[in-house]
Amino acid sequence: MKTVDLSTASVRELNQALHGQAQQLTERDWAITHPAGKHNIGVGIDEALKIDIHGHAGYYCAGMNKKANVTIHGNVGVGVAENMMSGSVRVKGNASQSAGATAHGGLLVIEGDAGARCGISMKGVDIVVKGSIGHMSCFMGQAGRLVVCGDAGDNLGDSLYEVRLYVKGAVKSLGSDCIEKEVRPEHLIELAALLAQAGVDEKPENFKRYGSARELYNFKVDNAAAY
Amino acid sequence: MSQTHPPILRESATFDRLVIQEIQRAAETGIYDIRGGGTKRRVPHFDDLLLLGASISRYPLEGYREKCGTDVILGDRFAKKPLHLKIPITIAGMSFGSLSAQAKEALGRGASIVGTSTTTGDGGMTPEERGQSKQLVYQYLPSRYGMNPDDIRKADAIEVVLGQGAKPGGGGMLLGMKVTERVAGMRTLPIGVDQRSACRHPDWTGPDDLAIKIAELREITDWEKPIYVKIGATRPYYDVKLAVKAGADVIVLDGMQGGTAATQEVFIEHVGIPILPAIPLAVQALQEMGMHRKVQLIVSGGIRNGGDVAKAMALGADAVSIGTAALIALGDNHPILDPELRKIGSAAGFYDDWHEGKDPAGITTQDPELSKRLDPVLAGRRLANYLRVLVLEAQTMARACGKSHLHNLDTDDLVALSVEAAAMARVPLAGTSWIPGVTKY
Repeated sequence: MKTVDLSTASVRELNQALHGQAQQLTERDWAITHPAGKHNIGVGIDEALKIDIHGHAGYYCAGMNKKANVTIHGNVGVGVAENMMSGSVRVKGNASQSAGATAHGGLLVIEGDAGARCGISMKGVDIVVKGSIGHMSCFMGQAGRLVVCGDAGDNLGDSLYEVRLYVKGAVKSLGSDCIEKEVRPEHLIELAALLAQAGVDEKPENFKRYGSARELYNFKVDNAAAY
Repeated sequence: MSQTHPPILRESATFDRLVIQEIQRAAETGIYDIRGGGTKRRVPHFDDLLLLGASISRYPLEGYREKCGTDVILGDRFAKKPLHLKIPITIAGMSFGSLSAQAKEALGRGASIVGTSTTTGDGGMTPEERGQSKQLVYQYLPSRYGMNPDDIRKADAIEVVLGQGAKPGGGGMLLGMKVTERVAGMRTLPIGVDQRSACRHPDWTGPDDLAIKIAELREITDWEKPIYVKIGATRPYYDVKLAVKAGADVIVLDGMQGGTAATQEVFIEHVGIPILPAIPLAVQALQEMGMHRKVQLIVSGGIRNGGDVAKAMALGADAVSIGTAALIALGDNHPILDPELRKIGSAAGFYDDWHEGKDPAGITTQDPELSKRLDPVLAGRRLANYLRVLVLEAQTMARACGKSHLHNLDTDDLVALSVEAAAMARVPLAGTSWIPGVTKY
């Protein structure tokens, strides 16, 4: 295992070393110590590395991740795993705003709560939050699945495209064009697999499903108030 | 009393025929009018400025014998690999989706022939575009459609888009007729939706966050690629300062004459400011920070000829960018298309329903039959010709002003034809030493 101590090494040195693994793989297991809330830790990784960050990370931790499996043993700032393409990111603590924003693939697990705009504009990622999520989550969500074991804040799924939302707790309000939908057997199977993959012990039957009414997909005069 | 001659009808200046037509259209449809292009109203522009050629106090360079340099380096503030362009005229961001793949390829071909860059748009990078563009700027937009780290690494520079001159504060729009299978696939959208792009970035708000976002992009690219920040001209003095403070290598400033693929007509005509007053405000901000010529300034919005290029650079820009003019050079609105344009309710020289995807030129369309009408090689040559003319014209005027490089043009080479233009451009009213707001008359 390679250990990088961010109290002595810079984020630049760390990221350069991680990027270098895509050219020549010398070490799969990485431990990062003393992150101290630094921003942009582990962004742009392009190799199947296993990375453990021991402490709190700042903005955009594991941003644009490809292939790597990253665990943050602490809290994370804005935009964790933003635009992730593949691999996985697990946050042991809480996540700030815009967790998993625009992410195209992979799995993001947040074991605590997530702030506002969780999964905003998500494009294929799967996000599982063991706690609750803030307002405007999954705004303009395009593809993927968002699972919330706690509650959801105001305007969940506003202007939603094709993301499937599963929420166990209360939803404060739904955004424009987001509606509750029937949970069919295939959804229970899908949800059970997601929960298992995330290592979350919850029963799929306890969740409600939300999705797009698809009424805003094309401009209609009658929907002017929703635009 | 009976009338013996036809009456002279008086048109209202307030409710002219266009206004009446729009009220009637709105009443019939209940939806705002959408079109492409930039503002159509007359606004103070480069036409309101004149260059002062040489005389006794200054001597000119020989037009055909003495060198007048045109190259520009963009992004050498922080990036390890700045762009070195042979000419200071770049191709602005225009998406695949709004434009056909052939048009994007043609833009790349034309730009590469003359040694300049082209720019992606809201919809990702196509192989056609990357393949034909020797220097390609990858836009990082609020929607992040098609955004991925592989394409970031393939790009030569990254342009963080905060706004656009035609619609500062507004998001993009691509109506369903152009959201074909390929376009929808690249954007992860259902086929045929009226796509509305976000106007705000999803994972940052404000200048302090922007600094962290720029740092992230630098980290992902190992500090190799220049980071541009594009803003629509509204409050350029403040926006430029904030962008520079956030770490931008290059500022792209787009005036209200800049085009759009599809936006509400009322938005295009009533939001933002022309490029003429925007440039001096941006230059002032850079100068006050000691960053003029260190952070490069690219300006766009209504660049049409070499005179516009020279005047923009004399006002302090390092380079200009063209969008609408580039499409016209490819073949948009060509007179030969007039019969077909009339069939869809327009005419050559007027066509702006780019959002409908019916462009007979094969440029602003996703219709495969229309798209294949555009020969990317031929259209690319036309663009290269046009770019060469812009450069030759700008050089001609720069030499006449005694300048051995386009970057040596400055505000001492300019006067204004109107009080308004003098105040906006901060150059003297012609025949006086008066700069309204700066000097006393």
